[in-house]
Amino acid sequence: MAGLMAGFGHYTHAIVRGIPASLAKEALRTNQAEVDLDKARTEHDAYVQVLRTRLGLEVVELPADESLPDCVFVEDAAVVCGDTALITRPGAESRRRETEAMKEALTDLNMNIVEIADENATLDGGDVLFTGREFFVGLSKRTNQRGAEILADAFKDYAVSTVPVLEGLHLKSFCSMGGPGLIVIGSSDPAQKALKIMQQMSDHRYDKLTVPDDLAANCIYMNLPDKGHVLLHCTTDEFPESVKVFEKLKDHMLIPVSNLEKVKLDGALTCCSVLINKKKPDN
Amino acid sequence: MTTEASSETEVKENAEESAAQPDQSEKATQETQEVLNTEEEDKEKGKVKEKEGKDGKGISRYLPTWLKKQKSLSQTSPTKETPPTEEPTSKVTEEEEVSAPEVNGHAEEAEEKEEVKSEPVKEKEVESNSNGSADTEPAKEEKLEESVQTTPEEKKETTKEADVAEEEKKGQEQETQAEADVQEGDGQTSIFQSPFRLVRKPKMKVVVCHVTLLDGTDFSCEVEKRANGQYLFFKVCEHLNLLEKDYFGLTYKDTHDEKCWLDPMKEIKRQIRSNNWQFSFNVKFYPPDPSLLTEDITRYLLCLQLRDDVAFGRLPCSFVTHALLGSYTLQAEFGDQEPDQPRPLDFISQQTFAPNQSKEMEEKILELHKSHKGMTPAQADIQFLENAKKLSMYGVDLHRAKDSEGVDIMLGVCANGLLVYKDRLRINRFAWPKILKISYKRNNFYIKIRPGETEQFESTVGFKLQNHRSAKRLWKVCVENHSFFRLNAPEPPTKARFLTLGSKFRYSGRTQAQTRMASSLIDRPAPNFERTSSKRISRSLDGAPVISITEAGRDTTENGHDPNLELQSDSKDHDKTQEEVLKHQASISQLKRSFMEAPPPSPPQPSQWEKRLTSSPASTIRIQQQQVSLEEEIASVLLSRHAGLSASEASCSIPDLTLDAAVTTSSAATPEPLELLLSIPPTLSSTEVSVPQMETASADNAISDTKEPAKTTEVEIEETVVIQEVSKATKAGNVTVTSNSPVGPPAEQESSEQKVRSDEEVVVVEEENQTRQESVSSESESEEEAEYHPNVTTSISNTQIPEEKEEEDKLEEEVEKVEPEVLAAPAPSLPAEISQPAEETPQEEEEPRKETEEGMKDEVEEKQDDPETEESTDDPMLTPDETPKSFVPPEVEEEEQEEPKVNGEASAVDAEPRPHGICCSELPVVKTEMVTISDTFAAQKTEIATKEVPIVHTETKTITYEAAQLDGNGEGEPGVLMTAQTITSESLCTTTTTHITKTLKGGLSETRIEKRIVITGDCDIDHDQALAQAIKEAKEQHPDMSVTRVVVHKETELAEEED
Repeated sequence: MAGLMAGFGHYTHAIVRGIPASLAKEALRTNQAEVDLDKARTEHDAYVQVLRTRLGLEVVELPADESLPDCVFVEDAAVVCGDTALITRPGAESRRRETEAMKEALTDLNMNIVEIADENATLDGGDVLFTGREFFVGLSKRTNQRGAEILADAFKDYAVSTVPVLEGLHLKSFCSMGGPGLIVIGSSDPAQKALKIMQQMSDHRYDKLTVPDDLAANCIYMNLPDKGHVLLHCTTDEFPESVKVFEKLKDHMLIPVSNLEKVKLDGALTCCSVLINKKKPDN
Repeated sequence: MTTEASSETEVKENAEESAAQPDQSEKATQETQEVLNTEEEDKEKGKVKEKEGKDGKGISRYLPTWLKKQKSLSQTSPTKETPPTEEPTSKVTEEEEVSAPEVNGHAEEAEEKEEVKSEPVKEKEVESNSNGSADTEPAKEEKLEESVQTTPEEKKETTKEADVAEEEKKGQEQETQAEADVQEGDGQTSIFQSPFRLVRKPKMKVVVCHVTLLDGTDFSCEVEKRANGQYLFFKVCEHLNLLEKDYFGLTYKDTHDEKCWLDPMKEIKRQIRSNNWQFSFNVKFYPPDPSLLTEDITRYLLCLQLRDDVAFGRLPCSFVTHALLGSYTLQAEFGDQEPDQPRPLDFISQQTFAPNQSKEMEEKILELHKSHKGMTPAQADIQFLENAKKLSMYGVDLHRAKDSEGVDIMLGVCANGLLVYKDRLRINRFAWPKILKISYKRNNFYIKIRPGETEQFESTVGFKLQNHRSAKRLWKVCVENHSFFRLNAPEPPTKARFLTLGSKFRYSGRTQAQTRMASSLIDRPAPNFERTSSKRISRSLDGAPVISITEAGRDTTENGHDPNLELQSDSKDHDKTQEEVLKHQASISQLKRSFMEAPPPSPPQPSQWEKRLTSSPASTIRIQQQQVSLEEEIASVLLSRHAGLSASEASCSIPDLTLDAAVTTSSAATPEPLELLLSIPPTLSSTEVSVPQMETASADNAISDTKEPAKTTEVEIEETVVIQEVSKATKAGNVTVTSNSPVGPPAEQESSEQKVRSDEEVVVVEEENQTRQESVSSESESEEEAEYHPNVTTSISNTQIPEEKEEEDKLEEEVEKVEPEVLAAPAPSLPAEISQPAEETPQEEEEPRKETEEGMKDEVEEKQDDPETEESTDDPMLTPDETPKSFVPPEVEEEEQEEPKVNGEASAVDAEPRPHGICCSELPVVKTEMVTISDTFAAQKTEIATKEVPIVHTETKTITYEAAQLDGNGEGEPGVLMTAQTITSESLCTTTTTHITKTLKGGLSETRIEKRIVITGDCDIDHDQALAQAIKEAKEQHPDMSVTRVVVHKETELAEEED
């Protein structure tokens, strides 16, 4: 930690997890949709390849667990910021055990592990938006106030504001960070409302990048040593209009990543990895 | 102490004026001494005056009005009034002729008084006067200094007065205190002076105060029992050798063992209630960006406070941050860790770094400490602060409360507004701009919120506090934080008539904007202080450091007086700015960014700008250069709301820009002056008033029309406010259309002979006009608001903060106060009064207008340029201008007429506008008047472009830095508008206008580039930073040109002091 809030988007490691066969049938979903397991796996492999090969991250790949159909969506299992990793308590009962492997992996990475002991607390990583300056926690079907409080306790340096998530699964189902101080936001009413709340609650000013499709608003921003601003976003196949918006980001290295299958399970781009900056603090 | 202080000050005044009016107040002996001193001073002054008779006359002129006003206003404090009463007009006249210097003394004194006094009404007016006097002072003061220093007491006074003296380098002789005083040459500065006076007083009953300092040591000093908080505070600051003291304050424990801030304006003994004279020195306002502090010692003290905050959990932070901060603390206090002599762990564990300090943490601290090797204590402190300031609870003052449903919450007051926490979660936030009113009733605390875009009505949110005291305490903290961080100048004290409503509590110190301004001028060698190990004892070496403080305002004035001085000051300033640039590059970039981010109006305008740009190839866009394509997108949403407004603004602004061109012209043959006109009108400021024009009338009309619809319009509250501000800002910067047609041209013609400066001034005037216009057009929407608010606010433009009377009665009075009103208020109130003059002027031929405008210019110029003002012809001009104004009370008019004599010689002219303002101020509504002084001459004088617009509630400062100048080319031709940009955020509006004028003159082609940057914000603007940035950019952009002049035009809400 080279000082507070330094190096937003700097990552060295990524934790991902394989796709179990149970994903196709048993994974939770808000819409009934047929998921092609093979396609999903292909997609996921490509995703991991981008992280590992294209971006040069050290990827820790956890094995899939058939008993955890949703386990590929590792983001919900942990919130990592700086050297601290908060092991969540997912709102979906069936996903609670996903945190075990995650905790191990994070422990191996020498993170300061914080766990949620409170049985009343639920927290999905997908509801946690870290902007570099503060946290916004969506109060959703999966995350409650208590969970947010624990998160605030775990990351005392940062303001933690709560944002009601009226529609969609998670807060990050319609928004994400597109750069330092840049919030990518969907254009739906709920998304815009949420953004308003975030803006009101924050002492900081955020730029916003509005994309026509809510789901497209979930992208992955990184700031990598020799690559600069990197943005993993949806493909033209999925959301052509939104891609046009992303293409206006001239300073970013834009990497379209296909997410056609996982999106059927409400899995967005950020859902499939936990990004970590393990670089030693150089003060 | 308020009464005492005031009495003293007055006494001085009297003494100076009449040289022998004994004070009725208790301390006859001291006073007599003072009188003697003053007499001496007077004599000296008299000498001085002889030299500079003009000043004195001008001032004297003002004095009478001022005094009169005091009388009328001062009902609150009988003591004060007594002395002044004698002085009235008759005296004044005499003085004018005989001893102008005395007048000066008065003025200065008045300033001091203002600060000392807690009385609201007087302060305002006095301030305005004092400002005027302050401007005029410098020259006299300098001379005075030389002669005066004889008596020690006098010394002090002189030092105070002699802010300018630094340049003369006499400052070294002076005591550190004096230096401190010098720093704050402004009216506010006078506060510092108060302690001295107190000291002088015969010791009535003396009490020993114990103050716990931030390093844990105890400082005790004797204080007169009736001393006010400020006195003690200054003593402490003096002890600490602290100049940037506005961030700090003294706390005491009330009878319920709760920490309260010692009100500097009240007697200590009335606050502490118990006879426990125990205080602690604490940070009161945590600077959001400590790197902007000027001195290391200030940062050090802030560090000490934060270390304590962190160690005791008031400032929560993570393990890693604890360790990091702790390691910086070690580095700062112990220096590099000796590898061969690693500090034993137990040593570290004796230090408290965190509430739950573990071995693990201590190890981590040590580990990190190693990595700081080579870092100086100051650097370590900076690093410490850089990390601490980012903590979410940095600077948040928490108060326990319950929401309307009885749920436990915490209310956090901070620089940006009010935060609501439930447990650790932030559940709501009310930024200052969103809050219309703050009040408390018994144990309830209320904030009235502006309606959101979609909401029709404002809402009030109530919280329950534990008891009445805590509600009041919270209210006070809110008022103070709001004032300090959001206002550009403290609000005027409550007016007399409102006294009945409740406590007049107001933030009495300087705002952050002001303190930054002042501290940027600190020019002393870094004071030595020790960071001692475990005890962390820091000792200030009293007297050792020599402080030479240069205040911008004074500099300008000095410039006016003495060309040599001008140069010096200029160089200084430039250096400073450069330093600052280096120093604050980071912050500047932040600033830029904030501008960039600013969503609202920017989008619509770009198109406008683009057009311009296309036409002029040379144009450079500075701020917007950085714009990413994203911005448009980003802004789009927000813009949509404002689009209409912004468009109107844009339209308004454009014409202005074209007009502006005239202002700057540089000759190629000669050094090419690049002029930066950096005007920073605070959002609150109502500049419009300054020039009576048709526009005003129209504005009024518009307002009136809007009245009805007002409610509907108001919907956009927050936004509207912002817009208003923006529009105002633009106004300030730009020249009005009206000015163009009738006024502008004539002025220019006249000025053609005149130097460039005159043009500039003209421009300024025009700008003001424009501002009005713009305001009219752009504000059409917002104006309604203004109308609306005024009602709420009452005629008093300044927001009132309702406070219940001290515990005695639990009157539930709500007074409103908070910026929105402030913002809105000035505009509405102005129109009504202004309307008369405005209409009149239009009826009159163009000439009167010219005069008025020119008068404006003249005033400004005159203020600063004493030497130039020599032209006696000006005077006649003045009278005509003034006469038209209906407002001016008979007294004033008389004075004015008298003035002409004075004017010729003295810079007193400056003071004039203020007096008017004062006169106007008497009226319930804010009046603004333009005092016009010789127009034509002004242009010539204009060498130093300065202009002040006398507005009752608004203050305008103009600071001019000029490099050695070429002859003025009075080219009236409007240059080509090269670039005009406006970037607006919620809180800031920046407009950059570039005019390039090429003129062929006698075969020489001159290229003059003027850049006008208007920054308007409702939030604090770092003026110094902005200036530095502007200069830097200008230099970068035009490496082949030289910066000839930098004019900082600063408009502040309320009568505020100028440097």
